[in-house]
Amino acid sequence: MSLTLSPQDWFELFMHFAVLSLMGIGGAITTAPEMHRFLVTEKHWLTDPSFSSSIALAQSAPGPNVLFVALMGWQVGINAGGGLGAGAHAWWLGLFGVLLTMLGIMLPSSILTYKATKWAHLNRDLTSVQAFKSGMAPIVIGLLVSTGWLLSAAHGDFAQDWKIWLVTAVATGLVLRTSIHMMWLIAAGGILGAAGLL
Amino acid sequence: MSSQAQEFNQPQSKTELFTVFTFLALQGFGGVLAVVQHELVDRRKWMTKAQFVEEWSVAQVMPGPNVVNLCLMIGGKYFGIAGALAAVSGLICGPLVLVLGLAILFGGVADNAVAQGALKGMGAVAAGLVIATGLKLASTLPKNPMGLWTAISFAVLSFACVGIFRWPLPWVLLGFGSLAWFLTYRALKHLQTKLDSDSQTDREAS
Repeated sequence: MSLTLSPQDWFELFMHFAVLSLMGIGGAITTAPEMHRFLVTEKHWLTDPSFSSSIALAQSAPGPNVLFVALMGWQVGINAGGGLGAGAHAWWLGLFGVLLTMLGIMLPSSILTYKATKWAHLNRDLTSVQAFKSGMAPIVIGLLVSTGWLLSAAHGDFAQDWKIWLVTAVATGLVLRTSIHMMWLIAAGGILGAAGLL
Repeated sequence: MSSQAQEFNQPQSKTELFTVFTFLALQGFGGVLAVVQHELVDRRKWMTKAQFVEEWSVAQVMPGPNVVNLCLMIGGKYFGIAGALAAVSGLICGPLVLVLGLAILFGGVADNAVAQGALKGMGAVAAGLVIATGLKLASTLPKNPMGLWTAISFAVLSFACVGIFRWPLPWVLLGFGSLAWFLTYRALKHLQTKLDSDSQTDREAS
């Protein structure tokens, strides 16, 4: 896939992610449908498979999930440079795409969060600030468990996927009951899966 | 640990912040939050579980990538803007290089059954790590100003609405969040007036 991007297009790319940065309450991934609409349907800067593979790859690699945005920027840049095989030019554009999309998705929300945290710290003795932090606590704990639940529920067919659920349950128990390092658990899961046991 | 006044460690420098966050980001398969909690609370003892939940509440409610928000808040707490930058770049840089490398190699690995299987296995474990983190943090609920049972109800309801009924997360946060905020506010105010009137009676008695 090859395309040409004008400076105005690059600016639009940055602005799109900058706006989504302020809309993504609950994480950047909640705005993925809107990214799809813009990048794939409206602008044709990404194909459907490369959009999905950006999300899948970032989920499976270590690091914060927001890196799927960097992969989208990378692929847009590579496409603009005429594909991976086109040489250094395309690679530089790929990195430029990473820079624009990541700054876009992180900068506005980070500034807002930093300012808000500072304000909350200065006003930490206000009852409303304390009430907010303590009141939200049970809700975000519930949401955390539901995140893990949704990750496993992707495997919905219990008769076929019971082994995956079992691995999740064992991992949960081991983290709660022992102080075994998480890296070992991840590695063990990887080995079980690679051996075709799941 | 056994002493009443819990001693906290803290990062000595911005370089330490950067390396700690790089180290934990590279362990975070399927999300970094579980590792952040484990490293900073259980292992390094930079904060208590309760403090961690408070920071996470704010990070979750603010827009944008929430683990980035969390790390920037923690970094900012120790070294201001420079600390926030050190923590966030630690979180992002290493994994970014890694994931771009994977993207370049991706064509060759995508259809490989062994790699697919490994990813499936790691994903299943990652789900368990996140669930366990949530359950661990639930041990802070008995101290919640709303009272244990109200707090548990809020936790279970938000789990059910997002996890089982698949409601959009912002609405759950907004709806339950404002209700919980109001109830906690009332409980804290009630506690304050009670403390005030108690000290009043104490003074009158003496």
